[in-house]
Amino acid sequence: MALTGVQIFKLLPKTNCKKCGHPTCLAFAMKLAQRQASLDSCPDVSEEAKQVLGEASAPPIRPVTFGAADKAAKMGEETVLFRHEKKFVNPCAFAVEVKDTMSGDEINKIADDVLNSEIDRVGQKLRVDAVFISNASNDAGKFESAVKAVAAKAPAVPLIISTSNPAAAEAALKLVAGKRPILYGADESNADAMAGLAKTYKVILGVAAKGLDALSTLTEKIKGLGVDDMVIDPGSRNAKEIIQDNTLIRRAAVKKNFKALGYPVITFAQRDDKMLELLMAALGVAKYSSIVVMSSIEKWKDLALFTLRQNIYTDPQVPMQVEQKVYNIGEPTPESPLMITTNFSLTYFIVSGEIENSKVPCRLAVMDCEGLSVLTGWAAGKFTASKIATFLQESGIEKDLKNKELIIPGYVAILSGAIEEKLPGWTITVGPREANALPAFLKSR
Amino acid sequence: MAFAVPKETYSGKVFELTIGSEKTVVFGGENVLPFNAFEGSVPNRPLIAYEIQDIPPDDWPETVRKVYEGVSGNPVAWAKYCQDTLNAKAIALRLVGTHPDRNNYSPEEAAKTVKDVLAAINVPLIILGSNNADKDSLVLVAVSEAAKGKNCIIGKAQEANYKTIAAAAMANNHKLIAMSELDINLSKQLNILITQMGFDKEKLVTDPMCSALGYGLEYTYSVMERIRLAALAQNDMTMQPPMLGDIGMYVWKVKETQAPESDLPSWGSLEERGIAWETATAGSLLLAGAELFIMRHPSAVQAVEKFIDELM
Repeated sequence: MALTGVQIFKLLPKTNCKKCGHPTCLAFAMKLAQRQASLDSCPDVSEEAKQVLGEASAPPIRPVTFGAADKAAKMGEETVLFRHEKKFVNPCAFAVEVKDTMSGDEINKIADDVLNSEIDRVGQKLRVDAVFISNASNDAGKFESAVKAVAAKAPAVPLIISTSNPAAAEAALKLVAGKRPILYGADESNADAMAGLAKTYKVILGVAAKGLDALSTLTEKIKGLGVDDMVIDPGSRNAKEIIQDNTLIRRAAVKKNFKALGYPVITFAQRDDKMLELLMAALGVAKYSSIVVMSSIEKWKDLALFTLRQNIYTDPQVPMQVEQKVYNIGEPTPESPLMITTNFSLTYFIVSGEIENSKVPCRLAVMDCEGLSVLTGWAAGKFTASKIATFLQESGIEKDLKNKELIIPGYVAILSGAIEEKLPGWTITVGPREANALPAFLKSR
Repeated sequence: MAFAVPKETYSGKVFELTIGSEKTVVFGGENVLPFNAFEGSVPNRPLIAYEIQDIPPDDWPETVRKVYEGVSGNPVAWAKYCQDTLNAKAIALRLVGTHPDRNNYSPEEAAKTVKDVLAAINVPLIILGSNNADKDSLVLVAVSEAAKGKNCIIGKAQEANYKTIAAAAMANNHKLIAMSELDINLSKQLNILITQMGFDKEKLVTDPMCSALGYGLEYTYSVMERIRLAALAQNDMTMQPPMLGDIGMYVWKVKETQAPESDLPSWGSLEERGIAWETATAGSLLLAGAELFIMRHPSAVQAVEKFIDELM
């Protein structure tokens, strides 16, 4: 929790020496509270003040990155409980479980599925982010071979290595330590040894305890042993417990600045029923998990979860946008109609969806209006006759058309004359105001 | 540092609604955010109603249309199938056939359909118009009367037609869905307008407008969260009616529920994808605060019911 100006002032030298560039220490404190000044500009500040202020300005949930290079997954740094308050920062990572009791073929198949899981949606590349390898056999040798197999098949994919046996953990870590994996499995019984491994191999430690009291005690102990980067598991496994623990952890971290729970949370969503697993993972996405572990990869399930994660982690203040271009819907011929709309993703989805429903092949010109809808884009001067004319001319779409006709949204019927003036030789037709009238409109032409 | 459980207590509470006459169902009534039973009371399960309609579902995609093959030609048979075979806890009859662009059924024809369906079932009935504001204000008046005494939910009253529909629901002692378009202030305003007519606020259901996963779900999600926070934290009585997620009609028209796997191999099986889309949309809005759902595919309903089992 941020300190107020007065709280900060009490920690300053109170000499009013002006060396920081501010007239008084109080003025400097006020600037610090607003994060418009840095403590470094005070030459006389005490070490104690530096430490207190440094801790107070740290994010309530520690930023932790696992994996390496372009597939690394950032976690933590969240600041709110509800997405309308402020953007959720680092999207929850999806991991799929590999058990060391599986056959080599099964392990290879899952690793392959992870590698092939990438889907492009609204310009974002989405994928299963990580593999969770569990020591289900309790055998160190089997565990080591499973880790070796996954690392060989999918070398760039971030790993979570799950075992509570420090010897098995060490053998596995030797294979993949440079890739900044998570070592999951520290608990009350093995905390010293696991913390030692996390320090030696510079990996993130996954810490599990039953209940938030025990978990706080354990993370403080492990931090005391010199490990800073952790992910936490409060032991909840059913939906009711998960929503309770995740809510309390997020609240404690964000509203009370309780550091012992200010870490990314890992949630286990495995279910035999795949639709239920989808819902458990959705619970993790919506309710504060940073990693969700699943038992399998199905393309349909991935698509639904990737889309949900994208929806929940969208910035509520910045509209989602699609790329400016002329989209083909169905297989348009030179005679097919050409329509135009703005690049607000919702507008695009709804308009293109209704065109698809009509089964009439069309071209849909989507114009960059900074993510505004048709009416707001028009009101803001972004969806204007001259801009529409320029866009269409530069798109070169004219050469694909038999008739130079453009259908504009009914809400901007007022533009039709002006567009005709700017686009000599074109016919401008006013379409319906609402997208749901498009199928009837297109079929009746 | 010892861990102190950061519990919240709220001054407000969601209204509890009882619907139906023979078999009744209760939903709403909680005084905490969705499923936060650790700090308050969540007395009732959210309710899922199966959607049926007065004309065959020719515009529903194959995945969900085929489930009702053999019964969907007749709303009575369809309703009985949902109640007796699928164990529906409630049924939502959408009178799309009354829309002027569809079959343009008269209010009298709609009233007869409603009477026939009501005679065949004993679970509660939700009666929905065709979402044509002018026609709904005629149709919903006629069906409210036809369903008198059955304690149904009538919908949807919108800004353009709420007066006649609310008056009819009030006269015949039904509950009422008030729908506005994805804006907490519009939603509040409509609830106020309706209650100013003398309609009991404890008989309202708020529909802040649904959207499908990937097609604006985040807007519905956040409007619902904000409505629920206003109801609980600010004790805003106008925001305390239970909320509706009218899932099926939004989900089963998007591309993800229709495009064959042969066209989009990376999207996986169409059958499961469609069910997953309805499941995930409903599941998310369950977590945002909706208490009443209208859904189409039995597999999606069953998955969400299992999820509720775990959450309660």
